[in-house]
Amino acid sequence: MTDPTNPLVMTDSVSLASRLLLQVSDLRVQFATDDGVVKAVDGVSFSLERGRTLGIVGESGSGKSVTSMAIMGLHSGKNTTITGQIRLDGEDLVSASRERVRALRGAKMAMIFQDPLTSLHPYYSVGHQIMEAYRVHNKVTKQVARKRAVDMLGRVGIPNPAVRVDDYPHQFSGGMRQRAMIAMALSCDPGLLIADEPTTALDVTVQAQILDLIVDLQDEFGSAVIIITHDLGVVAEISDQILVMYAGRAVEGGPATGVFGQPGHPYAWGLLGSMPRLDIDRVDRLKPIPGTPPSLINVPSGCPFHPRCGYRDEVGGDRCATEVPLLREIAPAHVAACHLTSDQQRSTWARLSEPVSDLPETKAGSLLASSDPANEVQS
Amino acid sequence: MTRFLIRRIGQAILVLFAASIAVFLLFFVGPGPDQVARTFAGRLGTPQRILEIKHALHLDQPLYLQYLHWVGNLLQGNLGFDYYKGQSVNTVVGQALPATVSLVVGAAILWIAYGVFSGVVSAVRSRSLLDRGFTTAALFFYSMPTFVLGYTLIFIFAYELYRVTKFFPFSSYVPITTNPWQWFVHLILPWLTLAMVTAAAYTRLTRTSMLDVLGEDYIRTARSKGMPEQRVIRVHALRSALTPVVTLAGLDIGTALGGVIITEQVFGIPGLGWTIVQAIGQQDLPIIMGIAVLAATFVVIANVIVDILYAVLDPRVRLN
Repeated sequence: MTDPTNPLVMTDSVSLASRLLLQVSDLRVQFATDDGVVKAVDGVSFSLERGRTLGIVGESGSGKSVTSMAIMGLHSGKNTTITGQIRLDGEDLVSASRERVRALRGAKMAMIFQDPLTSLHPYYSVGHQIMEAYRVHNKVTKQVARKRAVDMLGRVGIPNPAVRVDDYPHQFSGGMRQRAMIAMALSCDPGLLIADEPTTALDVTVQAQILDLIVDLQDEFGSAVIIITHDLGVVAEISDQILVMYAGRAVEGGPATGVFGQPGHPYAWGLLGSMPRLDIDRVDRLKPIPGTPPSLINVPSGCPFHPRCGYRDEVGGDRCATEVPLLREIAPAHVAACHLTSDQQRSTWARLSEPVSDLPETKAGSLLASSDPANEVQS
Repeated sequence: MTRFLIRRIGQAILVLFAASIAVFLLFFVGPGPDQVARTFAGRLGTPQRILEIKHALHLDQPLYLQYLHWVGNLLQGNLGFDYYKGQSVNTVVGQALPATVSLVVGAAILWIAYGVFSGVVSAVRSRSLLDRGFTTAALFFYSMPTFVLGYTLIFIFAYELYRVTKFFPFSSYVPITTNPWQWFVHLILPWLTLAMVTAAAYTRLTRTSMLDVLGEDYIRTARSKGMPEQRVIRVHALRSALTPVVTLAGLDIGTALGGVIITEQVFGIPGLGWTIVQAIGQQDLPIIMGIAVLAATFVVIANVIVDILYAVLDPRVRLN
């Protein structure tokens, strides 16, 4: 069962409701610019339980970062309008005062960013910056905060933390900087950690280490994690839930097994098809999604994905260009916003995920070989 | 850090060497020793004095020996002898320097304080009425010639308002050792004049620099930690934004200490700028040379101080 106004919020049990840490309903973020109103986030809803991980996936400009910045209350411009609800532990952040959100920021929710070099202040030592984060929310002496900083650096795997605490960011390697960012974010033991493209700027060899670290610390601290990325490999590895965003809207969402195993939206098919896979022997090229993401000032009518969608003929008529598809349950707790019928979605996905040799070359949408359960991505 | 400083001081010495060569060639190389000595003697040169000068400056010896002799004196702090006034150049400069230092230090405090403050406010309240006000004021004073502003202030405060306030003196300078209060009162209008024309650049520079820094990722990080906005601006943003301001301030103060010609002229302050203008009028060569060398030294020292401040501000400079 899902709430019809908010299909991704499960309301089937009271105990579940009390486990919910974050509940976002009908979030809209708009920026007034000289060229018109940018609808960066346009009616997104989702929820997250304590200790679980939500992966938000989408191309650049799909609204995933704007969503996370809205949760953190980091949109400050006069030209920004935010409506809807963001409930953290039952407390609405959209209507809360700026000062209240500031007090929660860093304490109950924390964030790490894409580029750990530019995200740390070059003039202050790493330890100083962690101490600062801790002391904003805890009335403790510098000595206590310093011990906390050393402790946190040790827990994120910085060797010799009692010495490295006085180093400056430029003396750390890229992976160590991201570890230091994580130490800083977790220093106040927040219930929610938002990781915005945490591995994108790192070496491939370091990426896996950082993901492992996030998972380990999540177990240790019991935090809920939102991981924002365009890299499906990243979310597939660590997410419980997946939210696929396109043009500021949620187009598909549900358990990671469902979204990766039986995706229902052509955009999700496209994302999966443009990802290289090493577990299968394939001879054809990767299939990128044709076209570019739409302007968020003039979002296409109807389904925002229809100008790039290879399946709109199968829906029939002009429906994709005129009628906005609503999120509809296609499997238990798994929703997608597409006019294709569930049967069409299933059969198309089955065809797309057939072995390589039988793939029809006509569909421009997407290709993903092998639906062998062994290759399915498990969360 | 030590290597960085040694390198910078080495560069400073090189610059001073080049400057001394330039000044030397400009004044010592002429159509024969007699002519050079006559130039040094100024308008009051008698044949006997010219002989004296020729001997004192070793003008009959090869050029490199003349230079070594002259630089040797400079290194011992001896700027030479002013035959026109019959005093050593050190005495003349020593009398003028306190006035220039008083003027520059006071004005620099004003222009840096106002420039940085208005720049930060303009950046934080970007495109607000306050920002536009500061920008307009900056452009207004920047485009105004110093003497116009100086005489306007004198006209308003020391002439029109004097009947009411009896406060602002017309002009001239009182040494701080004679009467600290009169020293202060006499310098208020010169300070304002010099500060207002200089501050505009600081307002604009601080604003631009601050806007750049406020867009940096580490400012977003500071906010995401839940730091109060005031602290984000004061501690995280301002420290980075001040780096270019320190450079400009170092150069401006270094240059101004060599003499603030127009402001000193307008207010009749007998500082280095005033002295050099007098010396030029009297073709008083030793004074001109002395102040030129001194001014170059101030600029070079200011640059070294700026480099040290860089290292204090930015650990990347210090630790590499």
